[in-house]
Amino acid sequence: MTALPVVAEGKVIRTPAEIRRARYLGITYLLLAVFVLWAFGLGSRGNGDATFGLARATDPAYPLDFTFNAAFVGFLIAGMLAVMAGIQLARGFGKWSNIVLAVAFVAVVFAFLGWAVAQSPQGSFSLVGMLQATVVRSIPITVGALSGVLCERVAVINIAIEGMLLGGAFVAVLVASVLSDLGGETVILGSPVGGWIGVAAAALFGALLSWVLAVLSVRYRVDQIIVGVVINIFVLGLTSFLTLRVLAENSHLNQGPIFKPLAIPLLSDIPILGPILFNHNIFVYVTFLLVALITYGLFRTRWGLRARAVGEHPKAADTVGVDVYRFRYLNVMLGGLVAGFGGAYFTLGSVGRFDENMTNGRGYIGLAAMIFGRWHPVGAMAAGLVFGFADALAQKLGILQTGIPSEFLGMAPFLATILVVAGLVGKARPPAADGQPYVKE
Amino acid sequence: MNDDERTDEPQLDEAGGPEGTGPEGEAERTVGGRLLSELSGVGADWRTALLVPALAVVTALIISGFIIALTDVDFWRGLGTAPGQAWSDLWHEIVDSYVALFRGSFGGLRAISETLTASAPLILAGLAVGIGFRAGLFNIGAEGQMLMGGMFAVVAGFTFTGLPVVVHLPLVVLAGFLGGAVWGGIPGLLRAKTGAHEVIVTIMLNNIAIRLVDYLLKTDWIQVEGRDDPISKGVEVSGRLPRLLGFLEDVRPPSDIRVHAGILLAVLAAWGIYWLLFRSTIGYEFRAVGYNPHAAKYAGMNVTWLYFAVMAIAGGMAGLAGMNQVSGVLYRVTPGFSAGIGFEAISLALLGRSHPGGIVLAGILFGALRAGGQEMQVATDVPIDLILVVQALVVVFIAAPALIRAIYRVRTGEAAEQLTKGWAT
Amino acid sequence: MELELRGITKRFPGVLANDHVDLTVRSGEILGLLGENGAGKTTLMNILYGLYTADEGEVLIEGEIQSFESPGDAIAAGIGMVHQHFMLVPVFTVTENVVLGVEPTMQAGVIDFKKARREVREISEQYGLEVDPDAVIEDLPVGVQQRVEIIKVLFREAEFLIFDEPTAVLTPQEVQEFFGILRMLRDSGKGIVFITHKLKEILEISDRISVIRAGRVVGEAVPGEVDEGSLAEMMVGRPVELVVAKEEAVPQEAVLEVRDLIVLDERDHPAVNGVSFSVRFGEIVGIAGVQGNGQTQLVEAITGMRPPVSGTIEVGGVDVTFANPRRVHNEAVAHVPEDRQRAGLVLPFTVAENMILDVYHSRPYSRGLSMDWRAAKSAATRLVEQYDVRTPSIEVPLSNLSGGNQQKVIVAREFGRENVRLVVASQPTRGLDVGSIEYIHERIVEQRDQGAAVLIVSTELDEVMALSDRILVMYRGAVVAEVSPKETTAAQIGLYMAGATPS
Repeated sequence: MTALPVVAEGKVIRTPAEIRRARYLGITYLLLAVFVLWAFGLGSRGNGDATFGLARATDPAYPLDFTFNAAFVGFLIAGMLAVMAGIQLARGFGKWSNIVLAVAFVAVVFAFLGWAVAQSPQGSFSLVGMLQATVVRSIPITVGALSGVLCERVAVINIAIEGMLLGGAFVAVLVASVLSDLGGETVILGSPVGGWIGVAAAALFGALLSWVLAVLSVRYRVDQIIVGVVINIFVLGLTSFLTLRVLAENSHLNQGPIFKPLAIPLLSDIPILGPILFNHNIFVYVTFLLVALITYGLFRTRWGLRARAVGEHPKAADTVGVDVYRFRYLNVMLGGLVAGFGGAYFTLGSVGRFDENMTNGRGYIGLAAMIFGRWHPVGAMAAGLVFGFADALAQKLGILQTGIPSEFLGMAPFLATILVVAGLVGKARPPAADGQPYVKE
Repeated sequence: MNDDERTDEPQLDEAGGPEGTGPEGEAERTVGGRLLSELSGVGADWRTALLVPALAVVTALIISGFIIALTDVDFWRGLGTAPGQAWSDLWHEIVDSYVALFRGSFGGLRAISETLTASAPLILAGLAVGIGFRAGLFNIGAEGQMLMGGMFAVVAGFTFTGLPVVVHLPLVVLAGFLGGAVWGGIPGLLRAKTGAHEVIVTIMLNNIAIRLVDYLLKTDWIQVEGRDDPISKGVEVSGRLPRLLGFLEDVRPPSDIRVHAGILLAVLAAWGIYWLLFRSTIGYEFRAVGYNPHAAKYAGMNVTWLYFAVMAIAGGMAGLAGMNQVSGVLYRVTPGFSAGIGFEAISLALLGRSHPGGIVLAGILFGALRAGGQEMQVATDVPIDLILVVQALVVVFIAAPALIRAIYRVRTGEAAEQLTKGWAT
Repeated sequence: MELELRGITKRFPGVLANDHVDLTVRSGEILGLLGENGAGKTTLMNILYGLYTADEGEVLIEGEIQSFESPGDAIAAGIGMVHQHFMLVPVFTVTENVVLGVEPTMQAGVIDFKKARREVREISEQYGLEVDPDAVIEDLPVGVQQRVEIIKVLFREAEFLIFDEPTAVLTPQEVQEFFGILRMLRDSGKGIVFITHKLKEILEISDRISVIRAGRVVGEAVPGEVDEGSLAEMMVGRPVELVVAKEEAVPQEAVLEVRDLIVLDERDHPAVNGVSFSVRFGEIVGIAGVQGNGQTQLVEAITGMRPPVSGTIEVGGVDVTFANPRRVHNEAVAHVPEDRQRAGLVLPFTVAENMILDVYHSRPYSRGLSMDWRAAKSAATRLVEQYDVRTPSIEVPLSNLSGGNQQKVIVAREFGRENVRLVVASQPTRGLDVGSIEYIHERIVEQRDQGAAVLIVSTELDEVMALSDRILVMYRGAVVAEVSPKETTAAQIGLYMAGATPS
């Protein structure tokens, strides 16, 4: 027998489904409280203090530390979670629910870090370094998610983000290497001229791949997921083939410039936040800019309104004279430009050379970030940061010698993705016509 | 216009329904005719079933030839200094590549053995993807399911000693199936219960499986003693898939003719999936859910359980593919032993139109490409990754027959495009 | 101003949808376009609106030939269309929907929402179409959504307005309000085309009537000089029985008992809010009501597709409140679903595979693990013949069949079972031609005469009144009236459907 709804004045206030969800969440908080108490509270007893470094040696604010007793903080957070559990089970948090969930997540991670640092031989750990790494690692994921948003807002599923990233990475470094002598010693915003042309070429290559996606799915009405998977296979095969056949013997074709970080004057001097946000290479800044531009464009301009209409109800858009096919082509190619640009980041924005399959699934995580971010550019960035954090955490934890096998840490982003997609963070609605080809009679 | 008048026009070719026998007096009674009609699906004709895939493969190979040519750095260098020689060398390289490709796949007993050895896991993985398609699910997770199946199989392989092969081998097979079924059942369950799209979940599980296997290969339980690198203990002889032509060991060196019972297992599995899909009750339910989950629910089918069952069976098939590699070829587990087979299986299933018969044929083709590709890589230094490009092109041409039509001016019948959408969405 | 269609011809593969159609509309008049489902009216209007291109013939405005490549051209020429299924984006606001495609902009394409909102309000006030510019469409009731569609059309300064089956979703009272709006638009100089298959309405509102059948204009008439019967005959091509012939009902004991049922919809609102009623053997109970008042959820609950949150449902004394569809089916309940292509059929399956969709799991069709296709085919062949399903064979995919024949497959499957105790039919004749409608009505009455209990749910009040022995009216999730069709008029039932009470 299903539970009865909570009814007041003849209107249903809370449905059985909501009541059930609220109860599960409350129990989850409770279990988390117990876990944190045992693992990070009791578990940190005797390990002393943990020190989080909040400034690096090169920052003006150095040295700036936050030291605390790991066990104490563990107990504190466990208590907080228990209180949350109580409130959740009693009457819930209403519209604050998602924020509370985020706070709980942050708190658990904080307690975990405290425990990990306290038990580590060093006893200290650069938090600001990890947060900086978070931003850096979030970029490919955020860019992938943005590309996904652009495509899915016009109801075209873009599984090929992975291929566009990989292809962009390859093209960027190849073109930049070939043109490495162009412009002599001039350096613009962190990179020689060749580097910039490489980035442009990468973006164009991404647009080319997305054009293929558009043609096959819009004109020939092939299933969009299949086209995406096929593009990924094609790019993987082609780039691996070319790497072995051409780049291996001609390593001068695989030596791209790496874009140098640019510190924004004044802003990068802000203690703590400065180094985290305002001392990166141009890729990071452009990503921030893209988030703002796409948000504004989607919700405040003519282009955005029509694009969203095409994604939600293409027939309605068609009948008021909006060219559905043209919008799909246009937006998908924009998505390709963005993804190609993101691909350049893997090579020119980071290591300067191409390795086989160097994207390694980041494009798919970008898709998950898009879903997590509810198909909204700002949400995509927030989700990208979360995944970037998981990625950075997995890497830094190796240094702390926590005893957790590195393979499991490496699984973290993927597990997180599954949890997200399984709706653990609430259900979201994609654009209504997502994935359906539009048939004009 | 009266609604009823529309049905009085001549309909498209009648191809049989599930059984292909049709009303009395039908001409297509032969097995070949039946297979053909089923492969092409309802309403299409032989051109779509055979001609388009054949042309797709040929076109893809031709395009790869161009790619080989365009990426020959020596050719471009030589073009400036000694053009005649450069062209001649290029031509020879391309010809040699193709010759090596064919020689390596069909040019002799060893080549055929290699083809079949490569085909076995491909067929099984292709079944894993194909049966998912039939139920409306995208199983991109065959790679991870193979890895887990292989792990389970290797554990069963080295744990039991002293068992007769008649007992041990089925245990290993079962273990392989189970491992894959678990890994496939998870996304099925998540899709059914939470609506989580299986494309993303299976891809994530692939990555998790890779790391899990890496970890397990370093544990004492699984890692072979005395070694530091991640290799598992070996499968006992009683747990191995026997070589089919083992009796030839007296005549030729042992490792030459590798074809093993796995290919028989694969064909058997294909027949089993065929029976499952088209002759069994549960297969009817799978197909109904694949075409229209809402109507399936109305018909009283338990859609949740069906999604789980399909993915579990699909995972099991991929698990068998993994077991096939572990127990028939490698006799142990090494990192990445799945070698991209699960990935290729996607193109394979599409090429085979998600029909077990088509998947067997496509599997043999892809196996040939693999075997031939190895030979090509050895003989002419053309990296085997080119095969992925060939596969992707083949799938594109299959999925958009209009492209083939445009290139070759062939009529393929209107129904061709419908078929692609029908089971793929 | 005069809008003329001359010699319009349009062919689709195997079908001549429009055959040299001539039509004229003038400013300040309402032209009624009458035709049954499938007659070609919508195709004609889609050509007029630029969604299709005619193979032959022209569209002229004031004698000048027009060429429409897209709706944009038609809109620019002053033609506006209000579609049968609303072309509104559910997640957008009223303003966003109205301005889509003709947005007022500032520089760089940024939309001037203030201006847009103002203009929407102006039109709303000028024509008496009350609407909140910032309301989100999916939260609005259907009648209000229709107003938004009209504002959309007026925003683009249309001179000729085409309405395609606009009253399908309105109560009789809302229809009168809508007619008032139409008259006001006409009097302010607009030319209006009113497309429908409903005889009463077209006689009431039109200044002139054109009748389309099989793609051709077969007759013209003026209301006052013609009656429903002759119009119907023109529409269908033969004399039509407007009333279903049936005898007096002889109801026995109750077989379906619904008590205090509460059912939630997708958004967790109570769609069915405390409904109780029963249906007896040998009677037809009809549920009347405008689409969206809980009928869909009620049927879903009864047939096991959606579990209620409280209340009980019993069939023949057996509690089936939370039973799944199969269990309900096993209680000898036949169900003709509202959305046949979505819920009742698997289009890519063959006719035979669809014919056993409800019983495939039981003998003789399924023995243990495997299916007995021979048995399935013989059953399908028998039923196809018995229920006059027009299909070249039982092996073709169902998608090849026309809508009417698809519905006949469902009817054959459901009614063709032995010992059916309860029939639940939801919108059984939606979108069908007159011939199929007549056929299905006959089969339904036949079931009743064989002793079954029948529950009909339909938004077509005429159908409910013609078929039912007893009528229940649903409004906002509750049964607000129980009447006998013989003692109540359509107007009175209409008042109940709108939530009012006749004095």
